[in-house]
Amino acid sequence: MIRFEPRTNVSSLFALALPIVAGITALALAAIPIAAAGGEVFAAYGHIFKGAFGSKFAFSELLARATPLIFTGLAVSVAFRAKLWNIGAEGQLYVGALAAVAIGSGAISAPSYIMIPLIMLAGMIAGGTLMLVPTLLKTRLGADEVVTTLLLNFVVLLFVQMMLEGPMKDPMGMGWPQSEPMTSAATLPKMMARMRVHWGLVIALVSALVIYIMMKRSVWGFEIRATGENVSAAKHAGIPVTSTFIKVGLISGALAGLAGVSEVAGLKGYLTADISPGFGYTGIVVAMLAGLSPLGVVIAAIFIAAVFVGADSMSRAMGVSSYIADLIVALSLICVLISSLFVRFKVRFVNPKKTKLTAKGDA
Amino acid sequence: MPETETVHPLLSLQNITKIFGDLVANGNVNLDLHAGEIVALLGENGAGKTTLMNILFGHYVADEGRVMVRTSSGTLVDLEPGAPQAALEAGIGMVHQHFTLAENLTGLENIVLGTESLFARKFSRSKARAKLQELMQSSGLEVDLDLRVSKLAVGERQRVEILKALYRDARILVLDEPTAVLTPQESDSLFNTLKLLAAKGMAIIFISHKMAEVLGASDRVAVLRGGRIVADLPTSQCDRHKLAELMVGHAVQMAEREPGNPGEEILVFKGVSAGEGRELIENVNLSLRKGEIIGLAGVSGNGQSMLAKVLSGLEEPTAGAVTLGSQPLKANAAAAIQSGVARIPEDRHHDGIVGAMSVEENLVLEEIRKPAYQRFGLLRFNEIRKRAQEAIKAYDIRCSGPLAVSRLLSGGNIQKIVLARTLDQEPAIVLAAQPSRGLDVGATADVHRRLQEARDRGAGVLLISEDLDELFQLSDRIAVIHRGHVSEPMASEELDKKQVGLMMAGHSAKGEQAA
Amino acid sequence: MEYIDILLSANFWAAAIRIATPLIFGVLGALVCERAGVLNLGIEGIFVVGAMCGWMAVWLGAGLWGGVLIAALAGALFGLLHGILTVPLGLSQHVSGLGITMFATSVSYFTYRTALPKVSSPPRIDAFQPLDIPVLSDLPFIGPALFQQTAMTFLALAMVLVVGYVLYRTPLGLAIRAVGDNPSAVEAQGLSVFALRIGAIMAGSALMALGGAFLTMSAFDAFFFGMISGRGWICIALVVFASWRPGKALLGALLFGAFDAFQIRLQNEVGAVVPSQVFLMIPYLLSIIALVLVARKADYPRALLQPYFRGQR
Repeated sequence: MIRFEPRTNVSSLFALALPIVAGITALALAAIPIAAAGGEVFAAYGHIFKGAFGSKFAFSELLARATPLIFTGLAVSVAFRAKLWNIGAEGQLYVGALAAVAIGSGAISAPSYIMIPLIMLAGMIAGGTLMLVPTLLKTRLGADEVVTTLLLNFVVLLFVQMMLEGPMKDPMGMGWPQSEPMTSAATLPKMMARMRVHWGLVIALVSALVIYIMMKRSVWGFEIRATGENVSAAKHAGIPVTSTFIKVGLISGALAGLAGVSEVAGLKGYLTADISPGFGYTGIVVAMLAGLSPLGVVIAAIFIAAVFVGADSMSRAMGVSSYIADLIVALSLICVLISSLFVRFKVRFVNPKKTKLTAKGDA
Repeated sequence: MPETETVHPLLSLQNITKIFGDLVANGNVNLDLHAGEIVALLGENGAGKTTLMNILFGHYVADEGRVMVRTSSGTLVDLEPGAPQAALEAGIGMVHQHFTLAENLTGLENIVLGTESLFARKFSRSKARAKLQELMQSSGLEVDLDLRVSKLAVGERQRVEILKALYRDARILVLDEPTAVLTPQESDSLFNTLKLLAAKGMAIIFISHKMAEVLGASDRVAVLRGGRIVADLPTSQCDRHKLAELMVGHAVQMAEREPGNPGEEILVFKGVSAGEGRELIENVNLSLRKGEIIGLAGVSGNGQSMLAKVLSGLEEPTAGAVTLGSQPLKANAAAAIQSGVARIPEDRHHDGIVGAMSVEENLVLEEIRKPAYQRFGLLRFNEIRKRAQEAIKAYDIRCSGPLAVSRLLSGGNIQKIVLARTLDQEPAIVLAAQPSRGLDVGATADVHRRLQEARDRGAGVLLISEDLDELFQLSDRIAVIHRGHVSEPMASEELDKKQVGLMMAGHSAKGEQAA
Repeated sequence: MEYIDILLSANFWAAAIRIATPLIFGVLGALVCERAGVLNLGIEGIFVVGAMCGWMAVWLGAGLWGGVLIAALAGALFGLLHGILTVPLGLSQHVSGLGITMFATSVSYFTYRTALPKVSSPPRIDAFQPLDIPVLSDLPFIGPALFQQTAMTFLALAMVLVVGYVLYRTPLGLAIRAVGDNPSAVEAQGLSVFALRIGAIMAGSALMALGGAFLTMSAFDAFFFGMISGRGWICIALVVFASWRPGKALLGALLFGAFDAFQIRLQNEVGAVVPSQVFLMIPYLLSIIALVLVARKADYPRALLQPYFRGQR
């Protein structure tokens, strides 16, 4: 029989090690589908590792992949801290990108030190406003935000498609549904020549630091944590719970919006309806792997990005479907969820028969 | 019970030991229960009563020891540990302190739940109905079985719980704090029913920490202290003082109340109505003066939580006005705190503390926006730490330090956090809702002392409680709340417990039944 | 007016019922889980699993009903995983559900791609065909509207009756409703909270998977990536709208199907002026509106989202 006993203290080293173990477990479990697909397991892991870390180019790809994940991971971690279930980072990413393109593809011309803050601001406002809707529906009308944020993702994606096939379509795009390209003033510069990693990464890292300070050291962070851990005690203690939720919604949406800005302004240069392969949803995995810690998000995003980039390269080399990456990511989420048990409980394996015997012996 | 001496007891607990972490919840407990007797299991909160009953009923598995029951052939056999189903089949019925009823089902459905094969194609209700009709008549436990439990009053729910056990032909009935939610008169009627059942050969254990009912209703008393049985003797050989001493482990002096020195009016409820249903108050008029404690007596679910919510700024009255000093009270928790209302919530785990946060964070929860603890929106950790260290010392909060996780502290220490947080702000008004519920004698005394100190400092205290001993011990004046109506407060010297008990059941102060 | 013509055409009602069918399965599945006190956000992924497994089983030669059975079993299997994570382990139902959706979706896609690496257009199967019920199918208007559906639609309608009967007329249903309201009531009566909840989740998940299977085995005859496109989430909204009652769930799904069918026909009428995406948004917006309309007075099962540990009350 397995018995759970509440843990009274958790060493920080132990808490740190758990998500790492979870990630490694998920990677290890992937051996089963890889083998089932006829892949040589050890070679496959070699390809994954080489694909992610094997060269300067690979590492640049990895960081470029990690950038949007840091933003969406932060968006989710802030929201989940307050138990505001924002599953809509995907949609918020798209409206952020849309806003950036609307401003940055020629509508306004200004030097880049104005343009870049401007498109960032536009993306944050767009993402924040989109998240404001489900937040208000929750606080005012009691509508479950899980469902509303999820459904809005589909609405937003259709809206983006509509814009890209209609008013925002690039007339020079050979008929493809894509936006006009960002002007060079509204483009985030690359960090290294001939590499795709761009200054969006630095913005993401700064955001992580800002969010870390906010959560750890500010009154807002204090109130967000209190609201998330026990909303009724927070309310009772005079913490403005409703406005805390709204604040969280705006911040979370804005961060996800920034992911979209950074993708169009840093990586792609224009907007298409498939700019995100589910960065919003993957952000949930990143945030959970990070234990909702803003700095942890950076590390978790790099891990998940490595899985994607590495698996892509493994898939090309060995003919194993690249969906293996999604599979590893999903497994990571489940593993880290299970590992959270070990933070709250000591798990002891007890043999009930043995207990019975001693009982009889005593009697 | 001379005739039962020769036969085996119905139930025998032998050397039961249960350890949670470092805590010995039950240590080597032995207890026998014979047919036809009522045994009171007396003990303080935390003495291990509920753990013992949970082991008996199979919710927990004992680390050591055995639970044995008498079979119909008269021999003692082991009860399968950790299996509620086995306990039920052995004829053990349990009435938990928090009722185990599904509120979306009717009384009848709750009773038959689990008695039929799950995979039967249909219910058969007529037989069940006939059997219950008979049980209700013979035991006097009348209740409308076709009403949804959500529509039943607390006393009726308890009757459904007991009927559940009787329906399964229980031979042993265990009741955990059965009078906690009843008026004194309802309690009397409950004990009459229990005596009737015992006379028919049932064995009954009830858990209690109230000495009066233990002395009045039991044949035998077992006293638990620190997880061990410290006494097991016939009730006839006991008195109040002896039991109190056994329960606490040392002689207890009952604190005497010193009269207060009331000043001007500081809080006035004028024609206040709010809420609905079980959470309703209607046309409440009440005035509280500086330096006095008003006790508000009542069985829970009569509107006291709504009254507390209004005063806490969590609920806006639908009619009437609340004034503090000369200012109207705003329906805003932060504003209520600002204007000097200290609130000690009824459910301290749910409303009092944020369990996952540290002791120091909980100590500044209400004041986090004050300049003392933040500058430009950033927290001043040193100030917070200093405040916490002072409070831990001043209130004797037992924890590993300011960073300890609050959730893991004992109820008494959690209450101390709440007291330190609210009372150190030198409030003008203290709202204390069931402040000693679930606390042991030491922690209760501490809470009482703090409330009296607040009064002596000049605060007006509104004490909401179901515990008449507590009310009479602390209050200068006592009012009673029943179905949302609050009676005119009267000096506690002019009242006695019986009178208040009748008022809690809806009679007016003079004794006639209210409409 | 054309709009009236739309409503009066048997064709329209047939389409409404066809669109409603996967939702009926899905809403019933979510309903069973939530009645037992567990939110199952794995629904979207379980739809994918049902769609893929059902289709693949038929493609591999299991026969149509074999495909249905395999889809249901696969759904139940993922339900079991969600059940283990959320019931005895008591982990976050939200996160676990999302994890199940990601896991189920990626497993399905991976399996499909691995089994069929090189196909350019998805292979087709011989799907369920509309039944031709003697007499009934030939009735004017009602015949083509109601009785020329495939067997799976009738299975969905039968499931409404089955779920309703089990929940309200049998001891098992009583226990499921009780465990979603107050698990300690169930335990105190000697029943196993874990078994009831896990069982309900597995049954509910099997129903969800049938919703997916309908898409690949009846509505279409092939499996596409992204074909579920939020149908599962819509069911989660509809179950609140249906206030956790099977009859209302059917009504909600049919209403939804009618709106969607109407929208498609409207698109044909005015599609030239209004972009098609506007119409495609309607189902999602409708679901949000349906949720918002009832949210205030929604009577959630009391124990929903609350993990239960033994001996704890």
